Amino acid sequence: MSNAASAGPRYLERADFDRLLEALAARGYTVIGPRVEAGAIVYDELATSAELPIGWGDEQDGGRYRLRRRGDAALFGYNLGPATWKRFLHAPRVKLLEAVRDADGRLRFERVPAPQPRRAFLGVRACELAAIGVQDRVLVGGEHVDPHYAAQRESLFLVAVNCGQAAATCFCASMQTGPRAHSGHDLALTELIDAQRHAFLVEAGSAAGAELLEELPTRAASADEVASATAAVTRAATGQVRHMEQAGIRDALYDELEHPRWDDVANRCLSCANCTMVCPTCFCTTVEDVTDLSGDHAERWRRWDSCFTLDFTHLHGGPARTSAKSRYRQWLTHKLAGWHDQFGESGCVGCGRCITWCPVGIDITEEVGALRAAPEPSASGD
Amino acid sequence: MLPRVFSVAARHVETADTFTLELVAEDGAGLAFAPGQFNMLYAFGRGESAISISGERAAPHRLVHTIRAVGTVTQALAELVPGAQLGVRGPYGTAWPLAAARGRDVVFVAGGIGLAPLRPAIIEVLAARRDYGRVVLLYGARTPDDVLYAEEIAQWRARGDIEIHVTVDAAGADWRGNVGVVTQLVRRADFDASDALAMLCGPEIMMRYTVLELGHAGMAPADVHVSLERNMKCAIAFCGHCQYGPEFICRDGPVFPYDRVARWFDAREL
Amino acid sequence: MEIHDLGQYLAHHPFFTGLAPDYLALLNGCAGNVNFAAGETIFSQGGTAEHFYLLRDGRVALEFPHPAGNGVVIDTLDAGDVLGASWLVAPYRWPYDARALAPTRALALDAVCLRDKCDADPVLGYDLSRRFAAIIVERLHAAELRLTDMYANPAPAAGGANGIAGRG
Repeated sequence: MSNAASAGPRYLERADFDRLLEALAARGYTVIGPRVEAGAIVYDELATSAELPIGWGDEQDGGRYRLRRRGDAALFGYNLGPATWKRFLHAPRVKLLEAVRDADGRLRFERVPAPQPRRAFLGVRACELAAIGVQDRVLVGGEHVDPHYAAQRESLFLVAVNCGQAAATCFCASMQTGPRAHSGHDLALTELIDAQRHAFLVEAGSAAGAELLEELPTRAASADEVASATAAVTRAATGQVRHMEQAGIRDALYDELEHPRWDDVANRCLSCANCTMVCPTCFCTTVEDVTDLSGDHAERWRRWDSCFTLDFTHLHGGPARTSAKSRYRQWLTHKLAGWHDQFGESGCVGCGRCITWCPVGIDITEEVGALRAAPEPSASGD
Repeated sequence: MLPRVFSVAARHVETADTFTLELVAEDGAGLAFAPGQFNMLYAFGRGESAISISGERAAPHRLVHTIRAVGTVTQALAELVPGAQLGVRGPYGTAWPLAAARGRDVVFVAGGIGLAPLRPAIIEVLAARRDYGRVVLLYGARTPDDVLYAEEIAQWRARGDIEIHVTVDAAGADWRGNVGVVTQLVRRADFDASDALAMLCGPEIMMRYTVLELGHAGMAPADVHVSLERNMKCAIAFCGHCQYGPEFICRDGPVFPYDRVARWFDAREL
Repeated sequence: MEIHDLGQYLAHHPFFTGLAPDYLALLNGCAGNVNFAAGETIFSQGGTAEHFYLLRDGRVALEFPHPAGNGVVIDTLDAGDVLGASWLVAPYRWPYDARALAPTRALALDAVCLRDKCDADPVLGYDLSRRFAAIIVERLHAAELRLTDMYANPAPAAGGANGIAGRG
């Protein structure tokens, strides 16, 4: 992928960071990056590095999220907020088509062209990069291609940022999706900050990335600097306290559809659907057909949906999945087991958002551990 | 993914809540499909509904859909009169395994509206009758008034080369046919279970017990095919609604060999 | 296949598969051939259950009669089926009518004769009870399946007062 690799990692001073933003703007990209808003890290447009979450870190655990002051001026010293890049690529509301009925009752359908913004994502974590790859496989990697997603994906410049620390909810090491950005990025940054320096190791991941990198005031990184960056990423990996065993997980879960643990988690799950909203790979949508007052113009809209709603499996007699247990089981088994059958990989990237943002702190790593550790005795039968 | 515009050419009442629409495309092109597949029918301003195709594959210019009014969209489709227009997207989904059935006995088992998705397969088998062994149709309906395609069934019966048993759950005194549940008809049918292919369509509970009966009769699960149904919004495996275990019913089904879905069939609330 | 005597028919009927030849001979003594014309009543609701029948050919409808004339047929039986279980359990009364829908030939087994023989020989009694239990359970399951009303339209308001027949 990157023959820019021949250039080796480059060293960019903090003072020159805005040159990166300027270079992106000069290429017509709208830069979307992390900002602090209402006590959380969210993704929105930004123009200068001053708008980044300077000096902010986060503390996360099951059902808990707090920003905290780090005591330094790190630009990317937090881990993850509730926002995902998915709301830009797989938009929450999309108009699919318009329909017109004339006075004679004749119908006409009109396609709605998908907007094709030119965007740069700044601050994409390795798990998020992996999640974009997972959604690529679902939405543009199969027999049908989602034109709206494809259009958003088309002119996208990705600046990944490798993690130097892990949140308590992270488990990307288990999922082999991070903390280091593998592929799919145009540039990857690793922040180096201590008493002596504040700088970034920058590596190109694509030809477009290499080309932009050449414009920035960088020098070749020294072996020491590369080692520091590697050490930071290693710390982020070894510092993870949550794990999820992946070997044989597909069969392990599908063999345990009647495990009593599902009832146990169902007693705690509120079916609030937070997990599906913050999950960067969840892709389910629904369609709504609406007409205007005249009754002659109709629109079909697509919007995000969640398998936790009762309506999700509505058939004429009622929902196919009525109990909270069946809906939780659907979400977990689809994400961790069914996805393998459907797309040849796991649907989970180990970002841990579902753990943080679950109001009752349900931890999927713990649930999976319980489902795998004490399998249902096979004697009972029916 | 834009629907094609079709017009209603004819409309027939089948039963109190079921009707058939014959549709022709505004652009004049036909809609080529394989028996077992379905379309998404769009009623202006109301929405779409997944409806199996009930016509003949050999007559793609006449699109036939038998529809039961069970909700908002199908109610709106019930109100369409000849000349009215609607949207059609498709065809989608997997087909009945007619090629694999050649040279073997064929058993069709239908329950209620389930005869509608089987009709194209039955017509095609009868049109190439010599390509198949014994052919059996077992059909269960609620009452004699709910029997679909009654006249056509009589014509099929009159051919003499297809064994047909129709049963109803209950009947009035003037009904001369069977009364009982359709699963009980399996035992009555004449076919070689070791060299037959079965195609089932109807309420899931009916298919579940029919599968059991066919198993008792000696059929292998891989030779029994079922047509499943779940909530569908997109029909192209994007919206996620129709998932059944790891299967997308819109793309990996609706027709499945039973051995592929057996473990999901037994699970509750999947 | 042509059955030349009752004994042979009894012996070959699937209901009696595996019954010892001695018992078959015993039951033969309780059996007789009967014929019903199409439309003929075999037994009526409330009547004493004096026989059970092994149908040889034809078709029989089981019907709950209604004074207004619109009775409901809840089951039909064909060649090879067993008709009648009420002879087994007091008060030995038929719960519904049985009517031949087509010319029907059957083997009738006398209830009193059978019950006496079963009382006298519990081994025979147990064997016959097991055979009947199998038939009754199967019919019960079939009836229960019909009770789920699986073909019913889940949206009964669909179609409105005139159904969908009033349009177009």
